[in-house]
Amino acid sequence: MNKVLMSGNFIICEAAIRAGCRFYAGYPITPQNEIPEYMAEHMRKAEGGIFIQSESEIVAINMIAGASAAGLRAMTSSSSPGISLKQEGISSMAACELPGVVVNIMRGGPGLGNIRPSQGDYFQATRGGGHGDYRTIVLAPATCQELADLTMAAFDLADKYRNPVMILADGMMGQMMEPVTFKKPKPRIYNKKFMLQGAGSGKSKFIRGLILDPIDMEEHNWKLARKYEVISKKEPRHEEYNINNAKMIIVAYGTAARIAKGAIKRLQNNGMNIGLFRPVTLWPFPEQQLRSLSAKVKNYLVFEMSTGQMLEDIRLALQGYADIRFHGRPGGAVPTPAELANVIARIYERTVK
Amino acid sequence: MAKIVYQRPKSLKEAVFHYCPGCGHSIVHRIIAEVIDELGIRGITIGVPPAGCAVLAYNYFDVDMIEAPHGRGPAMASAIKRSLPDRVVFSYQGDGDLAAIGIAESFHAANRGENITIIFINNAVYGMTGGQMAPTTMLEQKTTTSPLGRNNKLDGYPVKVSEIFSQLQGVTYLERCMVNSPANVNKTKKAIKKAFQCQINGHGFSLIEILSPCPTNWKMNAVNSCKWIDEVMSKVFPPGVFKDDIPAATKTAEVDS
Ligand SMILES: Cc1ncc(C[n+]2csc(CCOP(=O)(O)OP(=O)(O)O)c2C)c(N)n1
Ligand code: SF4
Ligand SMILES: [Mg+2]
Repeated sequence: MNKVLMSGNFIICEAAIRAGCRFYAGYPITPQNEIPEYMAEHMRKAEGGIFIQSESEIVAINMIAGASAAGLRAMTSSSSPGISLKQEGISSMAACELPGVVVNIMRGGPGLGNIRPSQGDYFQATRGGGHGDYRTIVLAPATCQELADLTMAAFDLADKYRNPVMILADGMMGQMMEPVTFKKPKPRIYNKKFMLQGAGSGKSKFIRGLILDPIDMEEHNWKLARKYEVISKKEPRHEEYNINNAKMIIVAYGTAARIAKGAIKRLQNNGMNIGLFRPVTLWPFPEQQLRSLSAKVKNYLVFEMSTGQMLEDIRLALQGYADIRFHGRPGGAVPTPAELANVIARIYERTVK
Repeated sequence: MAKIVYQRPKSLKEAVFHYCPGCGHSIVHRIIAEVIDELGIRGITIGVPPAGCAVLAYNYFDVDMIEAPHGRGPAMASAIKRSLPDRVVFSYQGDGDLAAIGIAESFHAANRGENITIIFINNAVYGMTGGQMAPTTMLEQKTTTSPLGRNNKLDGYPVKVSEIFSQLQGVTYLERCMVNSPANVNKTKKAIKKAFQCQINGHGFSLIEILSPCPTNWKMNAVNSCKWIDEVMSKVFPPGVFKDDIPAATKTAEVDS
């Protein structure tokens, strides 16, 4: 398979089209404009491919829901403020059990914030984000190769669990260029009975989220909860780096994990043994996997480009098992590996041994 | 042999409407179902009910349906139609749904010239939530959120959807009808049929606005509600064909079918 050099936002598009995505709708917002721009050209070239520049993010997500119900693999993308607008539709898709892929190329917030890379949308992404008792699967790539692989996986997971899946990256990932190999996508497995294509000569069906009877609604909630339980058991993914002999472990995802890796390499040369635990799925969070490390390693430093959001999941996994510290750079500030290495070294000196 | 003069349309399920007595939704449901039967499109029709009194429309129409969040029907319908171009797709919406929260969705679906049909029930109030002021509420009309009557200085003016949308180049067929008398019901049915036919022939976006009684929230009986449409509502929202860009060659065939 050939390696090609592409930037992150384009990789997401190309992987989606190769995975059989045939419907894209979106609204311009920096730093993800390359996605609708690429889709406008290439989705319309793909056989049966539909591209719509919608009048808002709310419309885009509801178009995805419609296309998904009609039986197509569908995707929308945006950046933080636009993702806030999509929450109504994401909640509705979770309620109606419609698959679909939502890409969030995060920027600084809250409010309009800025257009610099940030990780401030972790809570929104991993806690459902919209109203009601539901979850979205959240994938956090950290390399261009992973952007390709996880985009393809996102469509498979969305179909498998009939649930929206979010790809959570940031402006840095979107703009970054690295060589990438597009793997052969898996054949789609999705039962036609979930599609709404006209009743033909058979019985008509409907898809709805409104369930007025509280007992029926409760049953639907428990049904969804059982599904989320299965996802929590089967789908957590993470990466461990330099864990053997580590005296301290950095926990970080996405761009923050890349910076952390650079910092760890520098510190290794200075004789400090530091590992990295990188959640690849943010929901389901690889809680057991992280906790099991605490039998060997007692010192953890969480690094996020936020004021500390994933930190809460790490506390849930490690509180009482290990010492947890935090370093954050919110608002679009991105530290260099050297800068982060200094922070880590200081904490290492104080806490390890 | 006895002639059958009344029968449940095949495209309506055996279910009792939950609508209030005298409500226009029931009438419009019935004539849509009749049109679907007459055009023989039950198996290829996909409907998108709104948030509004018609939210449970999927309990009544015997066609495939998917509920849209409040106002988002045209977005969903656009996507379904683009995904399945040979299906007949309609969005069914109230005035709050279409002209307030979903004005962007309906406006832009119309402007893109999506080959879908919107059935727009204008009853001048938010029926489902208990009779609050709608974008189409008349000046001076009392509602639960305009207790002294709609005041143009504070509440703005009734939104004339047909007048505004007929200015959009993407619109092919647009008519405003009423369901307050047997003759008007027949006219409305003809308009709906023409709109569906327009879509089937691939001619593009159609919208039928229907002045529709809501006796419950108008605090009138059914007969007076029908009168009020004649005497008050239709003066602000005059019925008629606002746009007809259906190519001439197909026009006669439609009306006769
Ligand atoms: C986002 C959102 N906001 C508010 C509501 C509550 N709501 C349901 S229907 C409705 C108004 C319905 O009025 P209209 O569209 O005129 O339909 P009608 O009931 O009169 O037929 C409102 C405000 C909702 N379901 N969703
Ligand atoms: S409240 Fe009005 S619109 Fe709703 S069902 Fe009753 S009469 Fe019809
Ligand atoms: Mg209304």
